[in-house]
Amino acid sequence: MKYLLFLIALWSAITSAQAPVTSADFENQTISIALTQEPPQLNGMKATDQVSNFILPHIMEGLVRYDRRGRIVPGVAHRWEIDPDGMGATFWLRENALWSDGKPVTANDFVFAWRTTLAPKTASEYAFILFPIKNAEAANKGNAKLTDIGVTAVDDYTIRVELERPTAYFIKLTAFATYFPIREDFFNSRGDSYAADAQDLIFNGPFRLTEWVHSASLKMEKNETYWNKEKITLNQINAAYITEDSRARLNLFIDGKIVHTRLDGETYKDALTQKQRIRSFSTGSIFFLEYNHREGRITDNLNLRRAIQHTFDSDKFVNNVLATPGNLAAESLFPVWLQGVEDKFRKEYPAAVAVVDQELAAEYLAKAKAELGIDEFPALILLSGNTPTATKQAEYLQGLLKSRLGLDIKIDKQTFKQRLAKMTSGDFDFVLAGWGPDFDDIMTFGDLFASWNLNNRGRYSNPSYDELVRVALNNVDPKTRMDAMAKLQKIIHDDAVILPMYEQGVIYLMNSKVRGVVRRVVGPDPDYTYSRVIK
Amino acid sequence: MNQSYKPTKEDFQPAANSVHAEQLSRPSLSFWQDAWRRLKKNTRALISLYIIIGLALFTLAGPFLWNVDPALQDLNQISQAPSWPKQAILVDPYERWGGIVLEDFPAEPDEYLDNIPAPTNLRVVDVATTKRVRITWDPVVGAGGYSVYRNQRAPETINDLGLPLGITDGGNEVSFEDRLNLEQREYFYSIVPTDGFDESDTYITLVVYPDLAITMSEARERNLLAPDTKLGDSIAIEFHPFGTDYLGRDMLARLMEGAQVSLFIGIFAPFLFVLFGIIYGGFAGYFGGQFDSVLMRFADFVVALPFLLFMILFKIAFGIGPGESGVMPMLLALVLLGWPSTARLVRGQVLQIRENAFIEAARLLGAKDRYLIIRHIIPNTMGVILVTLTFAVPSAIFTEAFLSFIGMGVAPPTPSWGSMCNEGVKTMLSHPHELFFPALFISITVLAFNLLGDGLTEALDSRMRSKE
Amino acid sequence: MLAYTLKRLLAGIVTVWFIATATFTAMHMVPGDPLMNDKAVSAEIRANLERKYGLDKSAPEQYVIFMKNMLSGDFGISFTQQNRQVNDIIRDHFPVSATLGIMAIFFATIGGVLWGALTALYRNRLPDIIIMFLVILGISVPSFVFAALGQLLLVNINSLFGASIIPVAGWGTFSHMLMPSMVLGLGTMALLTRLMRSSMLEIVNEDYIRTARAKGLSPSRIFFRHQLRNAILPVITVLGPQIAAITTGGFVVELVFAIPGLGRYFVQAVQQLDYTVIMGTTVFYGAFLVLMVILVDILYGFIDPRVRLS
Repeated sequence: MKYLLFLIALWSAITSAQAPVTSADFENQTISIALTQEPPQLNGMKATDQVSNFILPHIMEGLVRYDRRGRIVPGVAHRWEIDPDGMGATFWLRENALWSDGKPVTANDFVFAWRTTLAPKTASEYAFILFPIKNAEAANKGNAKLTDIGVTAVDDYTIRVELERPTAYFIKLTAFATYFPIREDFFNSRGDSYAADAQDLIFNGPFRLTEWVHSASLKMEKNETYWNKEKITLNQINAAYITEDSRARLNLFIDGKIVHTRLDGETYKDALTQKQRIRSFSTGSIFFLEYNHREGRITDNLNLRRAIQHTFDSDKFVNNVLATPGNLAAESLFPVWLQGVEDKFRKEYPAAVAVVDQELAAEYLAKAKAELGIDEFPALILLSGNTPTATKQAEYLQGLLKSRLGLDIKIDKQTFKQRLAKMTSGDFDFVLAGWGPDFDDIMTFGDLFASWNLNNRGRYSNPSYDELVRVALNNVDPKTRMDAMAKLQKIIHDDAVILPMYEQGVIYLMNSKVRGVVRRVVGPDPDYTYSRVIK
Repeated sequence: MNQSYKPTKEDFQPAANSVHAEQLSRPSLSFWQDAWRRLKKNTRALISLYIIIGLALFTLAGPFLWNVDPALQDLNQISQAPSWPKQAILVDPYERWGGIVLEDFPAEPDEYLDNIPAPTNLRVVDVATTKRVRITWDPVVGAGGYSVYRNQRAPETINDLGLPLGITDGGNEVSFEDRLNLEQREYFYSIVPTDGFDESDTYITLVVYPDLAITMSEARERNLLAPDTKLGDSIAIEFHPFGTDYLGRDMLARLMEGAQVSLFIGIFAPFLFVLFGIIYGGFAGYFGGQFDSVLMRFADFVVALPFLLFMILFKIAFGIGPGESGVMPMLLALVLLGWPSTARLVRGQVLQIRENAFIEAARLLGAKDRYLIIRHIIPNTMGVILVTLTFAVPSAIFTEAFLSFIGMGVAPPTPSWGSMCNEGVKTMLSHPHELFFPALFISITVLAFNLLGDGLTEALDSRMRSKE
Repeated sequence: MLAYTLKRLLAGIVTVWFIATATFTAMHMVPGDPLMNDKAVSAEIRANLERKYGLDKSAPEQYVIFMKNMLSGDFGISFTQQNRQVNDIIRDHFPVSATLGIMAIFFATIGGVLWGALTALYRNRLPDIIIMFLVILGISVPSFVFAALGQLLLVNINSLFGASIIPVAGWGTFSHMLMPSMVLGLGTMALLTRLMRSSMLEIVNEDYIRTARAKGLSPSRIFFRHQLRNAILPVITVLGPQIAAITTGGFVVELVFAIPGLGRYFVQAVQQLDYTVIMGTTVFYGAFLVLMVILVDILYGFIDPRVRLS
C-alpha cells in the first residue's frame, strides 16, 4: 500500500510538473511544429535539402525576398537595377539591415558568401545556381580566380554584378538560400563547425535560431535586430519534434502538439475524424518515369516509349493509386503553375495529351519489336526508391505494363544513395524520378534534359532540344523564351522523352488559430514569417 | 555367518534358468519414442504442432486451392474489407465530362460581398457510380468560384467538411466531377462558395451513395462477362474473402505468397545456421584443445557483433539486384550472424557427452571418430538442437518483419508477412484488415513454434521421465 | 580477480578490433555512392569531396587511416551533417538510447519477476493462464505494431481526458519515456516472465524448500526469502545480454516515438550511406556490448557465491 501511494504521488508529480503546452499560443505568439528530418546543417552555401531550405529563409535574408503573394520584394537590397542589355545588375543595400550581433550587413558579406560557395574546395552542390554570374562556372571548375567572379562591392552598401549572359530571372535567383550573405569574420572564427550548431550561426533574417538539440528540436525566436521586425508577429517558432513518421505527426497534431501536419494516402482517412479543416496545396513538383536513353538500351526505342505513353492513364493513376486529393494528372514536363508570357504557361501553350489506347499501344509495341528485331522483350529494370510511396508506384507500373503490354518489369528497389549511383551509371531501363523547382522561372525545368545537364540521368540527347534551351537561356524577351519552351514541350511529348506521371499536391492540417501561413512552390514552405496566432 | 553350516552338494547346482529375470516392467522405448509419447501428452505442444502442419499446408497447398494471382491489381476494389461476394453494375467506359459552365452568369463577381450565401439545389448529375460522381448546384451571386469537399460522415461544422477535392475557377462553373478512389459507401459532398480568393463561411451538403460499377472492358479483361450480359446488368465481381490491399490485390492470395517468404526465411535460415553450428561446434567440441579454442574465439567474435546493426549492414552490402526478392541476402545475413550461438551450445554438449563412459566404451571397441560423432554424439545433442531450432524460428520471422519496417525487407512485388504488416500499420484505423491478417499469421506462427519449443524442452528432458 | 578482469578486457579489445574490421569490410562491400545527392555535381566538385573524406585513397590505405583514427578515438566527420563529428553524434544521442534502454530493462525486470512469480504461485489457475496469455501475446506481435498501438492508446487517453496527459511522441521529460520504454521492454518482460516462472517451479522441488517447509516457516517467508531470491538468479544471467540487445535494438520505438536516439541515427545513416556514422556507431555499439558482457560476468561473481572467477 505504501508503494502504491508512492507511485500515485510520483505519477501526479510527473503529470502535473508538465506545463500545459499548446501548439499555438496566442499570449506569447508561439507556435510548435514538427520537422520531417533534421537539417544536415544550416550553411547556406551547402544547403541542398528541403528542411534546410525551409529554415534558412526564416533566419536569413537575401538581397530580395518573396512576399505573401509570391512576388519579389526588397530584402537586404532596398533597390536594384538591371542593365538594359541584361548583362549586369546593381543592388543598393539598406543601411538598417543588421546581423543579430548588431553589425551592419554589407556588400562584402554577399561577395564573400558567393565567392566562397563557388570556391572549388567548398564543393558546394548548389554552386550551379550562381553560374549566371560572370566567370562563376569557370571559377568553380578551378579555371578562373575567385576574384574574377563578376561580383564586386562598390562600397559597403552597393553591389555590382556582371552576368555571363542575359539572364531574365537573375533577380529571382537572389532570393535563393545559396545567395544569402555570410559574414567573413564570423565564418572564419567558426572554421569547420560553421552552422553546425545554433551558436555557430549569425542571423540577418526575421528569426534567430536560438536552440538546436540535434535530431530532437530546433527553436527560432524573433530577431530583434531585423530591419523589418514590425512586420513580424510571431515570437517563437518551436520545431519541437523531428519525425519522418506521418502517423506520429498526425498523432502529435491530434494531441495539440503541433500546428501543421501533412497528410498522406495512409493517414488522411484518420484525419477526417478530427473535424479540422483539411487544405490542399500544390507543391509545384513534377514526377515522371524517366527512360534510359543511352545507346543500346531497349528504352532508347521511341516506339516502345510511345506504346507506354498510350498505356499509362495519368488520370486513373492520380485518382486510384495515389488516391489523395491535390495531385494533378501530369501532361507535360512543365507544371501548371509556371508563368508564361502574360498568363500561366500551360494556358498559353497547352500540352499535347496522349490518349490511352490499347490498340495504338499494341501497334507501337509491334513496331518496336520489328525495329529491335526481337520477338519478345527481355525483362526491363524499373529502378525505384525504398519509400512506401515509390514502392507502391513501382508495383502499379509493373502490374500495368505486364497486363496491358505484356512487358516483364523487374523492380529494383534501392536505398537512396544506391539508387542515385545506379541512376548516374545508367544501370536501369526506367526510373521513378521527380523534379522540384529551385527558382520561379520555366528554366528551372526547361534545361533538365539538355545534353550537358548532369541531372539528365537518362542521358537524353537531342541537338534541337539543346538549341531551344540555349534560346531561352540567352534571351530576355518573354515571348521568344516561351515560344522556345513551347517547342521544347512538344519535343518532350513527341519524342516521349519522359512519361509524366503526376504533379504533386499535398493535403494538410493547419491549426485554425494560426493565420497568415504561406504555402510556396518556390522558397520556404510552409512560410511562417508573416503568420500570427489568433485568439 | 553361521559357522556350523555345512554346504551340501545341492548348494552347488546351477540355479534354475528363470525366464522372468529380465522382464520389462514398462514398454521398451527409444529416446525419441519416449519424447514423442511425452510430447503427445502436452496438449499445447501438440496443438502447436498441428498448427505448424496447417501453416505448411496453407503455404504449399493453399495456392492450389485458392487459385488467385497475388499480383493481380484491381483498381475497382482498393483496400476492401473482408466481405461476401459483391455485385457491380456494368457501365460505359469513362468519358471526360466538360462540366457545366453557365453562359448567363458572371465568372467573376460584380461586387465582393462580405459573406456569400450558400449555393442551393445541390444535386447529382447522371447516376453516381464508383467510376465517377458528378454533382451540380445553382450559382450564387457574389461567387467567383466554389470549393468542393467530401466527407465520410455528415459534417458538423464548417471545419468538418472533409477532403478538399478541388475548386472551380468561376462563379459560373457550377459542377464538379469526383473520381477520387470512390467506394461503395455514403459520401457527403459540400460546396463552399469563394469570391475567387477566400472561402465563405457558408456551405451546402449532399449525401451520395455511389453504386459499385465496372466497365465492359474491365469486365472482359477479368473474364467476368457471361455471353448475354449487357450494359446496366449486375454481374458478380471477384470475391476477396480476406479483403484487398492498397492496389486491390487479393489479401488471401498475398498472405499465402507472403507465407512462402516468411516461413522460408523463418524456418530455412535457422535450419541452415543450426546445421552449420552443429558442424562447427561438433568439431570444436570433439577435437578440443588448441583447435577448439581457436574456433571458439572466432565464434566469440561473431557473437559480439551487434546483431541488428550488422543485419542491416549485411543486407545492404549484399544488395538486391533488379527483380530479386532479396530473400537470399537476408537468409545469408541471418546465417552469418546466427550460427555462433548454436555452435557454442553444441560444443558444450559435445564436451559433456565426450566424457561419458559409453563413448569411452565405443572407442575401446574400435569405433572411429567419424562413427562416434555420427552415431553417438550428434544424436545425443539432437534434443537441445531441436529446441534451439524451434526458438530460432520466431526470432528469424521477427527479424524479417523488422527489416521490412525500416524499408529494407523483401523487394516488391514479393510480399512477406512482415512487409504486409508494415503496410498495414499505416492504415490500421481506416483499413484494419490489412494489419490484422498478416499480424495474426505472424502471431500464430511465433506462438506455435514457441509452444512447441516449450513442449519439446519438457519432452526431451530425461529428468522428467523419472518423475513419472 | 584483477587478472581475470584484465584478461577479459584484453580479449574485449581484440573483439572490438574484429568488429571494426568486419564493419569496414561490410561497408566497402556496400554498393552505392555516399557522395551522391539529388543534384548531380561536376567532376571537379566530386574530386574535392572525395579528397575531403579520404575516399580518393585505396581501400587498404583507408583501413589503416581508419584504424589509426579509431585508436585516437576519432571517427571523423559525418557525410550528411557535414560539419558534425561522429563523436559528437554518439555523445549526443547514445545517452538517449541508453536511458530508454535502462528504463525498458527496469520495466521488463520488475514486470518479469512479478508476473513470473505470480504465475508460478497460481500455477495452472486463472491468473497464470491470463498472464501467460498476455506474455505470449507480447512475444508474438512485431514490436512496430505494438509501438503504433501504444501511441494510438496515448492519443485516445489524452483525448478522453481532453488534455495532454502523456505526450504521444518526443523526448525530454520522464513522461515522454513511459510508453516507449514499456513497448521496448515488452519482449524482454515476456522472456523474463517465462524464465522466472520455470525457475520458480524448479525451486519448489528443491531440498532446501522442503527443509524450510519442514522447519515450519511461514509460506510467505519461504516464498520471499527462499523461492524468490533463488529464482531471480537465472534472470540476472540473461539480463546482461538483454540490456545490450535492448539498447542497440531501440530503432523501432525511436522511429515511431520520434526519439533522438542513436538507433534512429544509424538507420538514417544507412539510408544515406553515411560511412563515418555507420562505422562509428557500429564500433561504438560493439564495444559497448562487449563491455556489458564482461561487466555482467564479473558482477555475477559477486551475486552468486557459487561462481568463482578464475
